[in-house]
Amino acid sequence: MNAKALGLPGRILGVARLSDGAKGATTQRKIARKLPVQKIWSTTALVALQLAVLVGFVVLWEVAAEFKIIDPFFWSQPSSIWSTLVIFLTQGDAFTDIAFTFRSTIFGFIIGTTGGAVLGMSFWWSRNYAQIVQPYIICLESIPKLALAPLIVLVFGMGLSSKVATATALTVVVSTLTAYAGVQAVDRDQERLFYSLGASRWQVFKKLVVPSCIPWIVSILRVNIGLALTGSIVGEFVSSQHGLGRTILYAGSTYEISLVWVAVLILSALSMVMYVTVAWLEKVLRKGVVH
Amino acid sequence: MDHELRKRGTSGLEVACDPFGLMARPSAIMECHMNVQPQLVLEHVSMVFRSEDLNFTALAPIDFEVPAGKFVSLIGPSGCGKSTIFNITAGLQPPTTGRVMIDGEDATGTIGQVGYMLQKDLLLPWRTVLDNVALGMEIRGVPMAEARERALPLLQRYGLGGFEKRYPSALSGGMRQRAALLRTLLIDVDVILLDEPFGALDAQTKSQMQEWLLQLFRDFGRTVIFVTHDVEEAIFLSDDIYVMASRPGRIIDKMSIDLPRPRERSVVSSPRFVAMKQYCLDLLRTAAGQPPQAAAA
Repeated sequence: MNAKALGLPGRILGVARLSDGAKGATTQRKIARKLPVQKIWSTTALVALQLAVLVGFVVLWEVAAEFKIIDPFFWSQPSSIWSTLVIFLTQGDAFTDIAFTFRSTIFGFIIGTTGGAVLGMSFWWSRNYAQIVQPYIICLESIPKLALAPLIVLVFGMGLSSKVATATALTVVVSTLTAYAGVQAVDRDQERLFYSLGASRWQVFKKLVVPSCIPWIVSILRVNIGLALTGSIVGEFVSSQHGLGRTILYAGSTYEISLVWVAVLILSALSMVMYVTVAWLEKVLRKGVVH
Repeated sequence: MDHELRKRGTSGLEVACDPFGLMARPSAIMECHMNVQPQLVLEHVSMVFRSEDLNFTALAPIDFEVPAGKFVSLIGPSGCGKSTIFNITAGLQPPTTGRVMIDGEDATGTIGQVGYMLQKDLLLPWRTVLDNVALGMEIRGVPMAEARERALPLLQRYGLGGFEKRYPSALSGGMRQRAALLRTLLIDVDVILLDEPFGALDAQTKSQMQEWLLQLFRDFGRTVIFVTHDVEEAIFLSDDIYVMASRPGRIIDKMSIDLPRPRERSVVSSPRFVAMKQYCLDLLRTAAGQPPQAAAA
């Protein structure tokens, strides 16, 4: 029987300690248990286990394909992926493709991020202007930009520029919104301080708004590099003469599944390299403004 | 610094005994001899905030004069319009009526004419302490290298030596306030507004900072207007105290503090000081609708 059943106000339950003697109050259990502590394994053991997972997975895949548990025609198998990789890298124009995708990603990343940052920070200058433009920015954000890829290729042609444009379209809106959020977070009192010192609008922008927004813009870099890569791959899917995206599309349509895997592998390696570079860039930029 | 002061100097006064070039400004010295016009005048300044259905009077029309080189405090409960007075004086907010005169010229709604230290220190986290202190000069067109050169000896003299190259996050609350105050003092203006600069400090640091501020006041010879909640602080520091009341914000009394300078900390226990403190507290109590405490205590 509890307090509610006795018709006592529920509040009494909150002061159970005081009413321990009272009839019907639930007595608390006495608890003295050890603080749960996790034992952390050594780094060597962790790395070894990580490798074991990878090796196990590859071996399992190979064996399963060998014994036709999975269909090697659709899934391919590690051994043939490996030989395709060697052929892809030693013969043919692998490096043209890699460089093509890499270039369009980087250009799209740079144009989208800086363009978006500049646009977002420009909203600081006029609240009226920000109010007018904002709905359009939000509209643009809600459009699935990838759906525009065929149109973009139509306008910009089959070359590099259409891929750069897709990558830019994907990154620019996020950067704009993030930079604008940064602008809105600028400390009003800090602005007042600048004005009380007699600063001009331009001085406030240069010495306060831009440095305050840098951490915000930096935080978007890692997301943007991934988006830019997606954008250029999709651009290549639509129509292209080079690039890893085109390789995947071509290999898929000719049922060369090992080549698809090879291209995907190289793409993830490329993505990892860019990610690490951007993470380093982020650290450098952050060092300039955060202490 | 030297150069800046010389420019204003009319004689060789400052050379003799002033190794740091910090001697009181001529304006402050002249004030002792002749009755010049007050440096800052608020003429009938009021502030009414209008919304759809009601008008809120933050500040009833006030008149207020500060002679050059004086230390004046505003004291009163929250919401008595102290900060509004500062914002209007600094040109950050246009008054509903009235005007602000600085050195006899209309300065209503113009920024950069007075130094304004807000409650928070507002140091920029991405700038070193030195560069933060130099910010005001930089904004006023002094090349960065020269601004640093002028700020550096002051940091060393005023208790921030060794921290020039550090970032504000490495400073204690008291040191941050010092840096913020130096930033305000290093711009070339005669009137300095301090909005509860020591409000957030612990008692120990606060009393150190008060003595430090008096030293700066002596050295720089600026006109200071100081907002505080702390009656003892106001009396210890000021020449004049304006006591304010709220709803609407207004000035109810002006007290002249005739304690001789330089003031030692021990002055706070002198009978004169205690009497003034009691008088001021009673004023504030009466304004808040409470009966004054009998002077029995």
